Amino acid sequence: MAETPNLIYIKELAAGSDAFEQKLIGIVKKEFPKERDEFLMNYNSKAFSKAAENVHKLKNKIGMFGLESGYQTAIDFEEELKGNNTSLFKEFMLILESIELFVNTL
Amino acid sequence: MNCIIIDDEETARVIIQQLCSQVEELTIIKEFPNAIQAIKFLNHSTIDLIFLDIHMPDFTGFDFIQTLKNPPKIILTTSDKNFALEAFEYDCIVDYLVKPITLPRFLKAIQKAKTKKTTLSENSSKHISGISSGENDLYINIDRRLIKIDIPTITIIEAKGDYILIKTENQNYTVHSTLKKIEEKLPDDLFLKIHRSYVINIKKIIDIEDNSVLIEKDVIPVSRSNRPELMKRLNLL
Repeated sequence: MAETPNLIYIKELAAGSDAFEQKLIGIVKKEFPKERDEFLMNYNSKAFSKAAENVHKLKNKIGMFGLESGYQTAIDFEEELKGNNTSLFKEFMLILESIELFVNTL
Repeated sequence: MNCIIIDDEETARVIIQQLCSQVEELTIIKEFPNAIQAIKFLNHSTIDLIFLDIHMPDFTGFDFIQTLKNPPKIILTTSDKNFALEAFEYDCIVDYLVKPITLPRFLKAIQKAKTKKTTLSENSSKHISGISSGENDLYINIDRRLIKIDIPTITIIEAKGDYILIKTENQNYTVHSTLKKIEEKLPDDLFLKIHRSYVINIKKIIDIEDNSVLIEKDVIPVSRSNRPELMKRLNLL
């Protein structure tokens, strides 16, 4: 079964502080689309080493939302991109889409 | 412990802030989205601990560490496990946290930083006086720089209130310390206190009169009580 994003990590971190939870989610909502767009721009223009840097940042968000297997995919994709290999692109995009959908519900 | 956070991602900075807020001893002084701003800040501020991201555009965490003359303790925060080996080549790095950072792992890192603090304090107790020594070297702490002095080149040390003036063959240094503390760091066979305000290198004596010695161009008084010991140490014909 495909894993789905969750708030377990964020809630643990918040330790009951709704204010912190909302603040963090607010920042993610702001940062995530920018990072995704920058990644796609670099990827589409075949600037793979820059795209790898974007994946590196996005990886942190993937980990934050509890996507353990997605996190590993991001690690592998980042390494792939450094060698101009793009085989994990579709898989990675599915992870980003699942986060985007999840973040929009928050 | 006063801390700063250096990370280009706001999310990461906010998470570390939140983790720090759960440890009473930690105070976040400032946070920076890049290393350059942090370097400017550290040029005029002293802090105890840095949470440092390795992977930043333009200037990596390791580049940053190499710019610091006297780095404080550093906890690396990264999502890349590949740098762990390199990290431990730096004495100032106390731990290596892989994102996403959990509270238990964070607390463990802070514990390590505290332990390191004890070790550093023991070492720096020598630096509090401004001085530490090796076998033939003496390190003096001036403006957060440890300057090495070759002990045999020291000619005279003079007490000047809360400071001492260390004269060497090439240069003079003023250090916040006492004659007593520096005497403990110097070899007994080479140095002797000849007056309450002077310790001299006896190999550098040019001549001696009744109550004074000449070292280079300096005439140093010899107190009556210290004179017998001085005479005993000389190879008299």
